[in-house]
Amino acid sequence: MTEAQSPVQRPLSPHLQIYRLTLSMVMSGMHRITGLSLCAGMLMLTWWLLAAAAGQNAYGTFEGFAASWIGRLILLGFSWALLHHLIGGFRYLIWDLGYGLEPAEREWLVRANIIGSIAATILLWLILVMFGLR
Amino acid sequence: MSMRTPLGRVRGLGSAKSGTEEFWLQRMTAIASIPLTLAGLVLVISLTGRSYPAVRQILGSPLIAVLMMLFVIANATHMKIGVQVVIEDYVYDKKKKLTLVMLNNFFAWAIGLACIFAILKISFGV
Repeated sequence: MTEAQSPVQRPLSPHLQIYRLTLSMVMSGMHRITGLSLCAGMLMLTWWLLAAAAGQNAYGTFEGFAASWIGRLILLGFSWALLHHLIGGFRYLIWDLGYGLEPAEREWLVRANIIGSIAATILLWLILVMFGLR
Repeated sequence: MSMRTPLGRVRGLGSAKSGTEEFWLQRMTAIASIPLTLAGLVLVISLTGRSYPAVRQILGSPLIAVLMMLFVIANATHMKIGVQVVIEDYVYDKKKKLTLVMLNNFFAWAIGLACIFAILKISFGV
């Protein structure tokens, strides 16, 4: 890599602090934050699968953690992050295809992402409470 | 001294020196993850609260095990590329950047391999 000292101080392109904060900027950051937090989610998935593979005792330890209030809270967070990242992914795929880039459409997609992820998380946990958490 | 023209040298590579391979792979794994994640959520709903033998039996059935492994491969790849992009964007120090990119690779491979090993072990009933 060439990291030569430039003899001329060239102007840098303006960055975040120059612009008015918009919702789509915040949501771009949220896509990254939820994506990063899902790394920890993958770690928990690995724990679950390894525990199931290891035996009854290891699985019991996992279940004990997952059923505790802190475990439930973490799983609630992961499920929201997953759904937020999933719906946000749809948004980026739509933009990659060149659609929905007009100001009004952009705003609509970003709002649909927030409302959709919260609604989907509530729906998922309602189903879990009704059918799952025996 | 290369005899190739500058255009010939950069064609298909772009400023990242490796072309659009990871950009494409990130989209491909994203699209693969959509049905796999929805299937995974249905699986989690149906497994929650079940006894250990029942969980093992369902996880070990061929269709579920194959879908789970596809989920793990798609997501470990997606995770590796995504985190690397974040590191490359925010970590300016070259040594720190290389270290973090390397650790990120180790993490993605370890997660992917551990999950697949666990699924296979459950499936083969050992």
